[in-house]
Amino acid sequence: MLEVTGLRVAYGGIQAVRGINFHVAEGEMVALIGANGAGKTSTLKALARLLDAAGGSVRFRGKEITNLVPHELVTQGIALVPEGRGVFPRMTIVENLQMGAYCRSDQAEIEADIERMFSYFPRLKERARQLAGTMSGGEQQMLAIGRALMSRPKMLLLDEPSMGLAPIMVQKIFEVIRIVASEGMTTLLVEQNAKLALETSQRGYVMESGEITLSGEASALLADPKVRAAYLGE
Amino acid sequence: MDIFIQQVINGLVLGSIYALVALGYTMVYGIMGLINFAHGEVVMIGAMVALTVISMLSDSGLPGIVIALIGLGAALPVCMGTGFAIERIAYRPLRRAPKLAPLITAIGVSIVLQNLAMLIWGRNYHAFPPILPTSEHEIFGATITGLQIAIIVIAALMMAGLILLVQRTKLGRAMRATAENPPIAQLMGVDINRVISLTFVIGSALAAVAGLMVSANYSIAHYYMGFILGLKAFTAAVLGGIGNIAGAMLGGILLGLIESLGAGYIGDLTGGFLGSHYQDVFAFFVLICVLVFRPSGLVGEKVAERA
Ligand SMILES: Nc1ncnc2c1ncn2[C@@H]1O[C@H](COP(=O)(O)OP(=O)(O)OP(=O)(O)O)[C@@H](O)[C@H]1O
Ligand SMILES: [Mg+2]
Repeated sequence: MLEVTGLRVAYGGIQAVRGINFHVAEGEMVALIGANGAGKTSTLKALARLLDAAGGSVRFRGKEITNLVPHELVTQGIALVPEGRGVFPRMTIVENLQMGAYCRSDQAEIEADIERMFSYFPRLKERARQLAGTMSGGEQQMLAIGRALMSRPKMLLLDEPSMGLAPIMVQKIFEVIRIVASEGMTTLLVEQNAKLALETSQRGYVMESGEITLSGEASALLADPKVRAAYLGE
Repeated sequence: MDIFIQQVINGLVLGSIYALVALGYTMVYGIMGLINFAHGEVVMIGAMVALTVISMLSDSGLPGIVIALIGLGAALPVCMGTGFAIERIAYRPLRRAPKLAPLITAIGVSIVLQNLAMLIWGRNYHAFPPILPTSEHEIFGATITGLQIAIIVIAALMMAGLILLVQRTKLGRAMRATAENPPIAQLMGVDINRVISLTFVIGSALAAVAGLMVSANYSIAHYYMGFILGLKAFTAAVLGGIGNIAGAMLGGILLGLIESLGAGYIGDLTGGFLGSHYQDVFAFFVLICVLVFRPSGLVGEKVAERA
């Protein structure tokens, strides 16, 4: 479904992503793990067209998407949950969710989807009319995921959904991520929490200094001594 | 006649006009952090175009209101087109440039528009033809004209419409999203260039209406009128809290009141040393005070933005 070949991202002279190759098949959940500064966010930003790639190709459902203007991406079926959530702080929960459905016009279905998000995250329903900026980090993460799903994407890109959250929140959020995945959503999950990411995914890639150094079945990576030493604190 | 009430009425009229113009400044600032100093010229162009059309039709025998509406009908598209072009030509190419650059092009555009207006309409003052009915009404011992009532009511309706647009419509949500976080708005599928263009167009439509109002209110228009008016409306926007729509409305009305009450009493206050033609001083005194004591303005909002 997603085919990345030779992707490079540079900030000025700094090469953040140095020609990486990976793919995600339809219905699959794939983890992209790595330490701080490995280039995971840069990769996702390039996929979501928030950054121009310095080289390489990204094909989504057979179509080259490296040259799309940013706002066309969502209509192709890709939704990014950005690092740091990126909710609209001065808009209410409902308005944030409506923004997720910006490119849709099926009003009744949008309402139904908002209710669906509320059933995934009852906490959001309680605060429907509250400004997003006044919510806790975990609640904002729930909102960011809900907002991304509101576009009815074919593929979800998640950038560190567990970042800075209490374990109980992480649990709740990953519960929903698993449900969504089990319903067939193709997902690319970027995480520093390698254990959690690999336990949730089918396959994984390990990124180091802008390069992919390891890849394979999630269970194999979990058992890999190098991964255990570097990312699982053993 | 009650001077206080009279000055309050005059202040509300003036303030309504300032508010409409201030909205143009504040909407653009809110969405792209830029002060469109050429906005005052858009008001001037609105006034000039409306006045020209109205003068041509003043002997046509049509009812005054109809003539005024035709004048407005001509001014609206010209102003909206001007606002659209200003953004395209002077600001869009500088989206990623340092903040100072678009400020300089804004002043450049301002000068170009003023000179263009001078070439078209000359340096003379143009009188607004007496087409509108001059009814006077007594209230609380003061008089208010039909025109003044119309200005206040129309401005209030337009502001209510703008609030509805921004708060209740999909376009309004897209505008707020773009103002808060342009890249994320793009992720949602918002074409932010289109939203920015529309913001300029909407602000310019308000400016067209304000232009007609000022020229009708003072019975005069002039190629240079946009400068002081723009500066005052900018002051009103800063007073309310630049970037904040309700703030611009409040700031506009307050500034109108301050000016007209100040002008009404400045003679008494200074023992006749300063006359009411010192009215303009108040706006800039207010601007300085706000910048020194409360740069975030009256409605400077503080919503926690927790990460
Ligand atoms: N805007 C930027 N300008 C310059 N360099 C940047 C910028 N953003 C990221 N970088 C650099 O690119 C490299 C990769 O950063 P990136 O954010 O992609 O890493 P990451 O894997 O997401 O890290 P983390 O786990 O901390 O989120 C880093 O060395 C970083 O310093
Ligand atoms: Mg990152």
